[in-house]
Amino acid sequence: MELLIKNGAVVDPVNGNKGDKTDISIKDGKIVKTVSSKATIIDAGGRLVMAGGVDAHSHIAGAKVNVGRMMRPEDSRSGISPRTKITRPCTGYTVPNVYAMGYRYAQMGYTTVFEAAQAIMKARHTHEELEEIPIIDKGALTLFGSNWPTMDFVREKDMDKLAAYVSWGLLASRGFGVKCVNPGGGEMWGFGKNVTGIDDVVPGFDVTPKEIIVSLMKVNEMLGLPHSVHLHCNNLGNPGNYKTTLASMELANQVKASKKRQVMHVTHLLFNSWGGTNWGDFESKADEVANFLNNHKNVTGDMGQMIFGSATTMTADGPKQYANAKLLHAKWSNGDVELEDASGVVPIYYVKQISVHAIMWAIGLELALLTKDPYQMLLTTDHPNGGPFVNYSEVIALLMSNKKRQEEIKTVHEAVHAKNKLPGLDRELDFSEIAIMTRAGTAKVLGLLDTKGHLGVGADADISIYDIKPDQIDPTVEHAKIKSAFSSAAYTIKGGNVVVKDGQITATPLGRTYWVDAKVPQQHHDEMMKDIVKKFKNYYSMQLANYMVQDEYLTHQQVVKAGIIPAEVN
Amino acid sequence: MTVITDALCPFCGCLCDDLTIVVENNKITDIKNACKLGSAKIMGHHRIEAPMMRADKKSEFKEVSYDEAINEAASILFKSKRPLMYGWASAVCEVHKKGILLAEEVGAIIDNTATVCHAPSTLAVHEKGLPTATLGQVKNRSDVVVFWGSNPVHAHPRHMGRYSVFAKGFFQEKGRKGRKVIVVDVRKTETASMADEFVQVQQGSDYLVISALRAILSGHADVVPESVGGVTKEQLSKLVDTLKAAKFGAVFFGMGLTQSISRYKNIDNAISLITELNAYTKYVITPMRGHYNVTGFGQVCSWETGFATAVDFARGAPYYNPGETAANDVLMRKETDAAMIIAGDAGAHFPADSVRHLARIPVVQIDPYWNPTTEVSNVVIPVAICGVEVEGTAYRMDGVSMRMRKMIEPTLPTDVEILEKITQRVRELRGE
Repeated sequence: MELLIKNGAVVDPVNGNKGDKTDISIKDGKIVKTVSSKATIIDAGGRLVMAGGVDAHSHIAGAKVNVGRMMRPEDSRSGISPRTKITRPCTGYTVPNVYAMGYRYAQMGYTTVFEAAQAIMKARHTHEELEEIPIIDKGALTLFGSNWPTMDFVREKDMDKLAAYVSWGLLASRGFGVKCVNPGGGEMWGFGKNVTGIDDVVPGFDVTPKEIIVSLMKVNEMLGLPHSVHLHCNNLGNPGNYKTTLASMELANQVKASKKRQVMHVTHLLFNSWGGTNWGDFESKADEVANFLNNHKNVTGDMGQMIFGSATTMTADGPKQYANAKLLHAKWSNGDVELEDASGVVPIYYVKQISVHAIMWAIGLELALLTKDPYQMLLTTDHPNGGPFVNYSEVIALLMSNKKRQEEIKTVHEAVHAKNKLPGLDRELDFSEIAIMTRAGTAKVLGLLDTKGHLGVGADADISIYDIKPDQIDPTVEHAKIKSAFSSAAYTIKGGNVVVKDGQITATPLGRTYWVDAKVPQQHHDEMMKDIVKKFKNYYSMQLANYMVQDEYLTHQQVVKAGIIPAEVN
Repeated sequence: MTVITDALCPFCGCLCDDLTIVVENNKITDIKNACKLGSAKIMGHHRIEAPMMRADKKSEFKEVSYDEAINEAASILFKSKRPLMYGWASAVCEVHKKGILLAEEVGAIIDNTATVCHAPSTLAVHEKGLPTATLGQVKNRSDVVVFWGSNPVHAHPRHMGRYSVFAKGFFQEKGRKGRKVIVVDVRKTETASMADEFVQVQQGSDYLVISALRAILSGHADVVPESVGGVTKEQLSKLVDTLKAAKFGAVFFGMGLTQSISRYKNIDNAISLITELNAYTKYVITPMRGHYNVTGFGQVCSWETGFATAVDFARGAPYYNPGETAANDVLMRKETDAAMIIAGDAGAHFPADSVRHLARIPVVQIDPYWNPTTEVSNVVIPVAICGVEVEGTAYRMDGVSMRMRKMIEPTLPTDVEILEKITQRVRELRGE
């Protein structure tokens, strides 16, 4: 099938396009040079055209998302819509059902989303949900930061075995990359304890978070994985944690990237850029973190922007979630996974007049405005931790308009004036910078820039058209229009199919699931498996034969080859 | 002869995955590692051999073709103004997905066997969340294990060996000797006989006993009377000391807690106790789920509809309000005018008034086995047995999913095939 998008104001930073009228030709799901005269024509009429949105960090599928649904029927009761001839029914705001996940991302013009954390043992569940999320391409990052084999091989300083374990773990979980959450802390939470920084020793394993982070970065680069290590820092959510964050980011200098991308992605930095020593003297240190990024090109981050209102915090950071539940007197779910990691789910309501919440809200925006290179600071809300992804348009509008920010600042707790730099920041992002934070940058950070995040020939035909004419709008003033347009795409095209028109779902093809098949030398694999077999014989509660995710759970898989042995070409 | 290793057991929520199955000529001839309950199910019994129908419930069943039975089932659902689709626990998740789609299309209420089992636990999770862990955490770490209102010796025979009491693990090398086992129940069960401590509560007093424990734990022993629910204050205080002294404690609860007086409030209170114990040391709590994939239905229903069970699609969008939309609610109110019972036995387990109403309305049964539900059915469609003849996904009681093996070739259609055909036929009746 051929498609031609005419008269679009194309914003495509990768290919140097800043809003020029450019036609885009599509054939068989890809962007091509030209199409025949039979091509269906979409007249963009001077409206904004971007590559389909790419989200590198969002909790869209798996055990903890479903725990969120089960413990929050009050959330499922919001956002209800009945089935239609094309769509299944939708429920939920912070923890939408699988159908709403796909439809709502597509309605915003997003076409690729990565689930931020799955334990290998529960990966089958993640894939069961991913299989039912319509339209978008997706994948999931796999947790390695507190896994017993990881810590054993780190202690033994056996990087060959660790690389073999990561390779096998990605296969077992059909995972896309290495996620590392509160390294070491997940194990310690098994006995209700936690690490306090990157130099603590994990009892029973005799390794430090620092050693885990550096080792995982090393093997990530040995394996040449598309994405870098994806780090959720120790001490997340504690006042004064920016020091831990800076010390963790500093570790990136110990490893050289195997690809043209960062060696470390530090996620939801909003929750890791905190100064002060308690909730009373709590303050923003976003400037310190952004300053680090401005001087270190080998590290990237994402915002984890907070949205006022209801959110559901969910993370493999089990101890943090227990602390949150105690602090908030909120209901608390915990979900430790044997030999692998912890997790917790706690609902929260972010309130403008609570000083800590107001300061947090401002931190996220500061991170985006103080980090000079938008390729280093991706737009996320750490859905649904900072807030639901459906609010991305709000974040875009805030970043593009100082006027909107000043209006908002008037409505939040006055602490932001003393504890944040936000009130004095006048930077206003342009469409290209927004396109980087939501498309080109996310695709680059994930290592998918060959086919995602841009509109050059050879890219996937994932395209969004928004109802704004860039040459006729001043986003700094008309922020309401910006918000409205980015919340509901005029067109979303996924793999060459029109899936959204005028904000309404028009088709629901099933997207693909990305995972990485990283090869290691057979002898490394065999050596590593001896340890794994012992772990299953003695410690796991299930059989090795039933552990790995089967092909049945990936009906539309997209395998990315990597590994120490060069990928075979067939 | 074929030998299948590491096969999964389609009986209880333990979902043991270390069975060895010997198959000769498409017949299972030997089973290793399974408990009596699992073996009995896998070896098979009392299968319904062919589809059956009858015009009214007093007449005898007549064998019919699958097409006839499917057409009639579709017609019943199509004509119904308030259909109920109930059961699901003894089927794999792939069946649940087809069932929820059909429920959407006919505007049915879909509910599962948890409604007479652990649905009160779900209500408590709505209130308090669920601090839990996979069973391997208990195996590797626990030094205090509590069974409250549950009797694994009878209901989950391999639980104690594989996961909780006798299992040896990384931080718990001694197994049984390294653990204090406490049983709280209204009678001295066989599990209680094996425990280090048995706490006998008066029937219906669990809530009081949990409250007393919480009071003592929070330093308010002074408000606790000398005896609570038949348990002395002295024993309660000792129990709190034991619980607090654990490095890793695990509480497993069963229907003694969910289906006795106070129902979901018992669980709500127990979860609060666990949350509070976490201020001192590590504690987790896990429901002892019955059927091997009752947990799976709750998972699938949650990610597809946003709600774990008792979902009403009458409005086209999911609506959940247990007390109003659970199976027994609509049966007791005589609101349901047709029912499909699949992979669960309402006839055996529902209150008499609900079964009486089932006897009055058209009922379609989809099940491998003849059971009390058959007696109130009009259309009976036998199917292959999930987990023995059909592969697919199941969720263990701790939420870990695994893929059930196909041990032998089915001789009858699968639940998925039947549900797809009924859905297709309903669409035809609608003129779609």
